[in-house]
Amino acid sequence: MVYHNLKALIKGIRSCKTVADERALIQQESAAIRASFREEDSFQRHNNIAKLLYIHMLGSPAHFGQIECLKLVASPRFSDKRLGYLGIMLLLDENQEVLTLVTNSLKNDMNHSNMYAVGLALCTFANIASEEMSRDLANEIEKLLGSSNTYIRKKAALCALRVVKKVPDIADHFTAKAKNLLTDRNHGVLLTAITLVTEMCQIDTPILDEFRTAVPLLVRNLKSLVTTGYSPEHDVSGITDPFLQVKILRLLRMLGKGDEQASETMNDILAQVATNTDSSKNVGNSILYETVLTVLEIEADTGLRVMAINILGKFLSNKDKNIRYVALNTLNKVVSMDTNAVQRHRNIILDCLRDGDISIRRRALELSYALINEQNVRILIRELLAFLEVADDEFKLGLTTQICLAAERFAPNKRWHIDTVLRVLKLAGNFVREEILSAFIRLVAHTPELQAYTASKLYLALKADISQESLTLAATWILGEYSEIIVQGGVVDDDQTVMISDKDLIDLVLSILDSPYANYLIRQFVLAAVTKIAARTTTSVPEQDRIAEILAKYTTSPELELQQRAVEFASLFTLGETRIGVLEQMPPPELKATVMGVVSENKPVGSTKGKEADLLGDEVLSTPAVGSAPQPAASAQSNQDLLAEIFGSSTSSPPPAQQQRSTVDDIMGLFGTTSAPGIQTPHPNAIPSSYPSTPASSFPTTAAAARAMSPPQPATATAPPQQRLTAYPAYEKNDLKITLTPQTSAAKPGVVMILARFQVSGGEAATGLSFQAAVPKSQQLQMLPMSNPNINPGAVETQQMRVVAPVGSNVRLRLRIAYSIAGQNFQEQVDFSGFPPGLTGTAS
Amino acid sequence: MAINYFLLVSRQGKLRLAKWFVTLSSKSKAKIVQEVSQLALNRRPRMCNFLEYKDRQIVYRRYASLLFICEIHEKDNELIALELMHRYVEVLDQYFGNVCEMDLIFNFQKAYAILDELIIGGEIQESSIATVLRTTQASDIWEENDDLKAAIQDAALA
Repeated sequence: MVYHNLKALIKGIRSCKTVADERALIQQESAAIRASFREEDSFQRHNNIAKLLYIHMLGSPAHFGQIECLKLVASPRFSDKRLGYLGIMLLLDENQEVLTLVTNSLKNDMNHSNMYAVGLALCTFANIASEEMSRDLANEIEKLLGSSNTYIRKKAALCALRVVKKVPDIADHFTAKAKNLLTDRNHGVLLTAITLVTEMCQIDTPILDEFRTAVPLLVRNLKSLVTTGYSPEHDVSGITDPFLQVKILRLLRMLGKGDEQASETMNDILAQVATNTDSSKNVGNSILYETVLTVLEIEADTGLRVMAINILGKFLSNKDKNIRYVALNTLNKVVSMDTNAVQRHRNIILDCLRDGDISIRRRALELSYALINEQNVRILIRELLAFLEVADDEFKLGLTTQICLAAERFAPNKRWHIDTVLRVLKLAGNFVREEILSAFIRLVAHTPELQAYTASKLYLALKADISQESLTLAATWILGEYSEIIVQGGVVDDDQTVMISDKDLIDLVLSILDSPYANYLIRQFVLAAVTKIAARTTTSVPEQDRIAEILAKYTTSPELELQQRAVEFASLFTLGETRIGVLEQMPPPELKATVMGVVSENKPVGSTKGKEADLLGDEVLSTPAVGSAPQPAASAQSNQDLLAEIFGSSTSSPPPAQQQRSTVDDIMGLFGTTSAPGIQTPHPNAIPSSYPSTPASSFPTTAAAARAMSPPQPATATAPPQQRLTAYPAYEKNDLKITLTPQTSAAKPGVVMILARFQVSGGEAATGLSFQAAVPKSQQLQMLPMSNPNINPGAVETQQMRVVAPVGSNVRLRLRIAYSIAGQNFQEQVDFSGFPPGLTGTAS
Repeated sequence: MAINYFLLVSRQGKLRLAKWFVTLSSKSKAKIVQEVSQLALNRRPRMCNFLEYKDRQIVYRRYASLLFICEIHEKDNELIALELMHRYVEVLDQYFGNVCEMDLIFNFQKAYAILDELIIGGEIQESSIATVLRTTQASDIWEENDDLKAAIQDAALA
């Protein structure tokens, strides 16, 4: 049915039960309106447009009504004009061709005998006029600025604003008229005139200078608003026309900026507004806020400035959140001009970090970054770290970056700097930029005095939590690099030095591989780290063998980078003395001249790899020619190594050129001829040699490092047995093996991350594997997609799950597994409850 | 003080009025209406009346079942924007006499007409409630006179 008028249509649409019904009705009605337009039914036009505009608001297309609106506007009836102009404002904008057809109607109506018709035309013009239309009608507008009717004058002023915005070069056209308007007694006209003048001053400096003469006039206007008593027409909660006051203050700001004399003229009135405005309501504060902005931007005297900053300080402690928000926002703009004044409110600003409203937290955070300096860096970073602990995820990346940058810039000492970054890594290790991580590693490499300290801290942190990616990466790298320091010096936990064995350290680093958080990058870091650890004199032969085994396992890894590293590292193992040289501690990377943690080309990890690749390349080339001249470019030391290696591997007898203490042990160890397994007693000289470029005076000062200087103690495993990540078999049939590795974090009891691994033991690939799991109702399960549903022989595919279970309960899973091997389809269901109890923490 | 757009949205997220003072494609308008009203509707009571949408400053305020939303320029006074919004609500209230959402649905043209008397091109043009009311009602009378004239004409013809 077709609705005869707007009211009926609205009722019809509102009575629709479903969205589909509503859409069908609108479509039908649209079609009817279109048909009616085609019949040129001028009696129905008004009704049709009204209905169409309603449909348009509901989101349906209505462009076909544009021309009909033009026809309505041309009608002599006022009601037609009113609706027609509304339609034009809603359906047209400055970019549409049809708009040019409106120009003529606008021009006619601007000269209409009915002031309300003139008003409609002016309103439409001010809202949607294009550049072309602005040029065409600029003269009409200028004429109407001089109209004797305030209703027309105020609207014409905003039309002039549109012209000035669209065609800035004819702004001076309006200067004379605009000046007259500033003396107008009507508030509406004054409001719009000031808006126009503000815009004109913004786009043109000569105009701005010209209007400086109006400062005394504006001051008088403002003064009368502030001092006159109650005026019912313009009163808002006891304040006379706050809208006009704000407009005047804003224009004064532009006129006073950079001009001593103008600023001087407005000083008194600004002080008067600042002291006399009632600050108990929003409206008063809106004026105070505008006053503060003006005072801070003009050449105000010091007393006035202090007053302005104090107003903001009062705003900060206001109960109204809107006022606090505005204060933080404004202080953000002020902080670069007058940091000390803002510093005084530091505590309140920091309190705002804990506000329940994210808009306020965001503002407070921006402001606190700007407040950090040498004097308060300790306090502020402590606060920011406390905030980092509870911050919304969306803030974390910015926070970690800002904290680390500020630490780098203002750190009172290196120990504090390292502590700060360590804390960041622990609290938000999954939200750290790569640059920050490499800057940290660079810092540690450059601080030999604190390497033992840092390594010890990272050892403990990694043991407590391996779910923070950047923490894991930093710890893996540093433990790999400085393993001998930590094995010799022990770990300082709660002021107690606990000795750890090489096995403890390697267990910890390898446990990362089994963690569900281990990603591609982390695994690469781990392989490099254990390879380095294996090359240290503090690592016993059985442990070295174990590392060699792990590396061998990865030589078939389907992940290219891992496989390549494993193959390269494994063959390095056969190189004896060369390996020691290659895997020596990295020289500290070059420090970049720039202050901040910019990415350095010498990323520590990257350059390690480059060096190995070079030497391996040499080795491969020279293998066929036994005893050929070594590469001349190589250093003397590595020449010897290379020679030793080449002789060693080709004759399988002790190398003749053995010169160094550890060479024998290492090579014997590698060939399995030594009968001294177990813990090697490191040579005392080994320790100083790990600080090659450090003068004796700057030797380790921390307790742990000091102990490292004393004769080494036998490294007995005094550390508590470490919880290894264990893989539990869940399914093994038809050559398909599935194991589950659970991992928990003490910080989050009840959350168990489980890594499922899929392997085939036969020579056939399993394809189309689907692995589904279910948990009891009391638990929750999330699953990530599988790395690959097809499992090739030798490959290991993985899938991650996360179970949230009540603390103290056992994790039980029902698994449904479907796959096909060698053309045969299998589908099975098994129940798994093989995890040890207490995985979800102990109920307290 | 410059407003980029002014929206009126019901608690269910239905658009009741949309006035655009910046030129945008209908697609981006629809996107803004959807996203900004969701943001504002999701705010809890007693939070501040400001929020950020793509680095733009949004001021919103809730009146019964209706949400009044506007985007203002970065350097604008958020507090006076709230007052302006309230001014509009006051005029609506006096015009309709205890305005409710239904009034605005069935008389959306009037809601636009009143807004046009208060704000033009994103700038406030009149701070007096009485003047806005008076001019809107005067326009209404002109409209009714048209109908009257038409009726007289019809009668004369008949």
